[in-house]
Amino acid sequence: MSPVPAPLGLLAELTHRCPLACPYCSNPLELEDRAAELDTGAWARVFQEAAAMGVLQVHLSGGEPASRRDLVEITAAASHAGLYTNLITSGIGLDAGRLERLQDAGLDHVQLSIQDTDPALADRIAGYDGAHARKQAFAGAVTRLGLALTINVVIHRANIGHLPALVALAASLGAGRVEIAHAQYYGWALRNRDALMPTREQVDRAMEELDRLRDGRLTIDFVVPDYYASRPKPCMGGWGRRSLNVTPSGIVLPCHAAQTIPGLEFWSVRDHALLDIWARSPAFGAFRGTAWMKEPCQSCAFRELDFGGCRCQALAIAGDAAATDPSCDLSPHHAKLRMLAEEAAARSGTPYLYRGRPALTPIPVR
Amino acid sequence: MADPAIPDRPRLAPGVRLRFDKTRGIWVLLCPERVIEAEGPASEILRRCDGTRTLGEIIDELAAVFTADRAVIAQDVTDMLTELATKRILVS
Repeated sequence: MSPVPAPLGLLAELTHRCPLACPYCSNPLELEDRAAELDTGAWARVFQEAAAMGVLQVHLSGGEPASRRDLVEITAAASHAGLYTNLITSGIGLDAGRLERLQDAGLDHVQLSIQDTDPALADRIAGYDGAHARKQAFAGAVTRLGLALTINVVIHRANIGHLPALVALAASLGAGRVEIAHAQYYGWALRNRDALMPTREQVDRAMEELDRLRDGRLTIDFVVPDYYASRPKPCMGGWGRRSLNVTPSGIVLPCHAAQTIPGLEFWSVRDHALLDIWARSPAFGAFRGTAWMKEPCQSCAFRELDFGGCRCQALAIAGDAAATDPSCDLSPHHAKLRMLAEEAAARSGTPYLYRGRPALTPIPVR
Repeated sequence: MADPAIPDRPRLAPGVRLRFDKTRGIWVLLCPERVIEAEGPASEILRRCDGTRTLGEIIDELAAVFTADRAVIAQDVTDMLTELATKRILVS
């Protein structure tokens, strides 16, 4: 077997703690405890190993990374290792002083999430009163320091109609780039699918609007909605091919939702060197390359382009993590995916279920 | 006269870094959520985009480094920097 090419990016989930409770949160349903989190020194070792094996960029994420008191030290360690450092934040818990210390520590770029243009709706989506106003103030602090800013917006039924206003808001906040990403239905978003799924008409309209919004003033990156797609996206650029995730406790994953797939053996940076995990751990080997594929992927001309799509979505919808991603119209489950989308989209008025909050679930009485 | 799309004294935009990638043996531009390989003379051009040199000075230096016809170098440099300015990877 030829040696495994080195990854380019590492997502460091520094903590699962977060003041927000967005209903599409990409953290797992079972959040890791603070007590289990890697300490500053362990992260520094991970960054050194990552840089030595060829990682170029580290994305400091969470949860809310600012929930870590040692975020400045962690950022300095990543920068010292020679990595390009990107902070993925809600903007809550970071004042201008701490941001300046992050910049001094070598921070290269800030990605700030925005929930909507309407403050009341934005705060309701985030599950946090006053979040929207604080985010705008934070964006001001970022640009005043001359740091590069990307605005990230997760799109779903409640805000998909506000795309032009969202892009205009990102521009007015001084962003050089805006990332429009449809909610990905695993974990929390899968649980909230009935409350989040847009209608087909909403999605079609959004795609038309995006075309018009690309006028060159702002870089707009767009993640298509899988449930209404006809070809799968190359999830993570291919399993174990471009990037890796390290959870707060040090477990290394091929993608942030990989733990939803039962039977995979994940290794931890507490027990193994990062390069060893990347090259030899069973979870990374499970879906790397194309040998694991079944039909229709195995003989498909697109197999080295989309790598069969997303393994977690294949499991969630087709019941088999090695199946073709049902967002592909060659999948026998493609019609089911479209039907699930339309059913979910029709359930207007479904309340959000927030992580870490008590849920009120109506019990059927008839 | 410089192409109007190229800043007077071009420099890499905030959030963009040029570095040598020892693992792959290539020069790379690190951008937000993106890595761009700077092939061949591209890294020689980009290393000089530091906000102190004008476009003309960058072309002069490269013509000397590569001992090539200045007009040819000027065209290559202008094309590349125009493209990068359009992508907002270069600023003034």
